Order: sequence, then structure tokens, then C-alpha cells
Amino acid sequence: MKLLRRLVPHPLLTLLLTGTWLLLVNGWSLNSLVFGFMLGILIPFVTQPYWPDRPRISRPFKAIEYVLVVLWDIVQANIVVARIVLFKPNSERRPNWITIPLDLKTPEAITTLAGTITMTPGTLSADVSDEGHCLLVHCLDAPDPEAVRDEIKQRYERRLMEIFE
Amino acid sequence: MESLFEFLVAAFLVIAGIFGIVGSYGLIKLNDPMSRLHAPTKATTLGVGGVLLASLLNAAAFGKYFSVHELMITLFLFLTAPITANFIAKVHIHRQETRESMPSAGEDHHWATHDTPEDEEQ
Amino acid sequence: MIETASQFAFGCFALAVLLNLWKVVTAPEIADRILALDTMFINAIALMVLYGMALGTSIFFEGAMIIAMLGFVSTVAYARFILRGNIIE
Repeated sequence: MKLLRRLVPHPLLTLLLTGTWLLLVNGWSLNSLVFGFMLGILIPFVTQPYWPDRPRISRPFKAIEYVLVVLWDIVQANIVVARIVLFKPNSERRPNWITIPLDLKTPEAITTLAGTITMTPGTLSADVSDEGHCLLVHCLDAPDPEAVRDEIKQRYERRLMEIFE
Repeated sequence: MESLFEFLVAAFLVIAGIFGIVGSYGLIKLNDPMSRLHAPTKATTLGVGGVLLASLLNAAAFGKYFSVHELMITLFLFLTAPITANFIAKVHIHRQETRESMPSAGEDHHWATHDTPEDEEQ
Repeated sequence: MIETASQFAFGCFALAVLLNLWKVVTAPEIADRILALDTMFINAIALMVLYGMALGTSIFFEGAMIIAMLGFVSTVAYARFILRGNIIE
């Protein structure tokens, strides 16, 4: 078991690399599956020193729900932003900075949250604070910054808490 | 059935074109630098995503080949768009804002972009 | 129908690339230029995929993928150079 753990330090990464290789080859054959799997073993093994920790995902099925919610929000985000760009004069727009205090602790979870915020309606994550307790978010049009902050915490951070912690 | 696919492909192409041009128009129209970041990162993602989806459908329905490379490009763009946006935002913060002009960082002292080596020595 | 739609999309993305080019030339601030360049990369990917679709080959996808990767890496490298004065520390 210990040997297996050392040889395959990141099982998820191995699966991901195999899948990526199959997509790259653009076809399905046993040959490419085996070669992809070999790459999937070799690359995590060689690059092991760069990621000593393994992200912990406690509820994988929640992750699927999260991805669907985010995909839907991306489509909505595009429409909202396009409408603001096309129809709202610059003088009526209220761009705003908001600070989001983070409950998430692991770097993977914070990265996912930052990426999600960037892809969803009218918000864009710009920076984290130096100790990693807060996230700086820029809003394209936010008359009410408090509401935006609460929605992000409610809609995304709560779900990520369930997935990662 | 054939005409349904044709309609879908055409619809995706038109939507993608509109979003692509809106993203680039936003780059010119919006007046402050941070807001300018919003338009391209979002609108363009759906623009390219639409073209890729149309291509995928087109190849699957009418073409002689079936290709999943579109899916890969779409996934790649969806994963990298937030990272580039974050980097450009950091460039903006680094060059135009000072610690005083930024909103407060809650319980921490300042934002990571304004971290200097002197802080770490303390 | 697809032909007309793809011509429309060609027009849109070509115009978008021109707008980006205009922004690259006239932008006052470096962050804007990086942003315009990045958007240009993405629009170029769309144009390339459209071209491949119009010709009915899948040969342009490799090109599109390479542009996507180069675009990402060069944008990040440029931004990092401005931020730290160095790309690999």
C-alpha cells in the first residue's frame, strides 16, 4: 500500500492525464489508452516534489452539482455583461471593489472560488490578502456591494465548503 | 432532423459572433481599466465556446470526421481565462494603485500584490 | 443557412480582431495592452476554428490548440514580467 502510494502519488491527476491524452489523440484505441496511462503514472511521479500535498475532496458528487451550477452561471454572466456593455452608459455604471472574508482554508478551494467568481456575472476576483483571509473582487456594476458579497458566500462558498472540507 | 442540426449550428455561430464582437467592443467602450477586464474575459469565452460547439455539432452531424479537440480547447479556455484575468488585474493593481487607494483587506494588512520583501522580514 | 451564419461569424470576429489591434496600438496603460493582446489571441482561435469548419477539415485544430496554449503562456509571462521584473525566479 505504501509502495503504491509512492508510485502513484496523485491518482486523480493520473486519471486526468490519461483522459487528456485520449482527447489529444482524438480517438479511442487500446494503444493510446495504455500510453496515456503510462504518461499518467510517469508525470506525477517525476513532478512529485512540486506538489507534496494532495487535495482532499470529501464529497465528489457535490462537485458535479457545483460544475453544473457554474456552467449555467457562465451563460447568464455572458448575457448580463453583454447587456451592460451594450446598453448601459458609462456614467450610470457603478464599478466597485468588494472584500470577501474567506471561510475556506485550503489553497485549492480558494483557487476554485476565485476562478468561479471571475467567470460569473459581473464580478472578477483580483487579489487575495497577504495572509490569505480575504478575497478582493471587482464588480462591473454593483449598486449594492453587500448583496453581491452575500450571494457569492451563499451560492459558491457554501458549496465549496461542502466539497473540500 | 437534418434541418434541426443545421439550425442549431447556425444559431450557435450567430450567437458566438455577437458575443465575440461585444467582448471586443466592451474593451473600447468601458471607461475604467478594471471594468475593461470584465468584457473580454466573459463575452469572449462564450464567443469562442459557441464557435467550438458549432464546429463540434457540425462535424458530428454532417462531416466525415468526428473530433473531440473542440472540447479540449473549450475546457482549456475555461480554465485559463480566470488565471489570465487575475494576472492582468494584478498588473493593474501593481502599477496604478497604492496601499492607501485600495479597500481594506479585512483582518490582514494589505493585498498580496502590494507585498514587499520588507514585510516578510518583519 | 450554415454558410450565411459562418460568414456572419467571420465578419464579427474579424472586426473584433481589428478593434483589439486598435486597442493594442492606442492603449495608454500596459495592463490594457496585455488584455487586448490576450483577447486577440482568443479571437484568433475562433477565426481559425471557423476557417477549418468552412474548409471541412480538422487540420486547423492542432493550430488552434497551440495558439491557445501559447496565448495563455505568453500573457502570463508578460504579466509576470511587469509584476516582478523577472519571469522565472
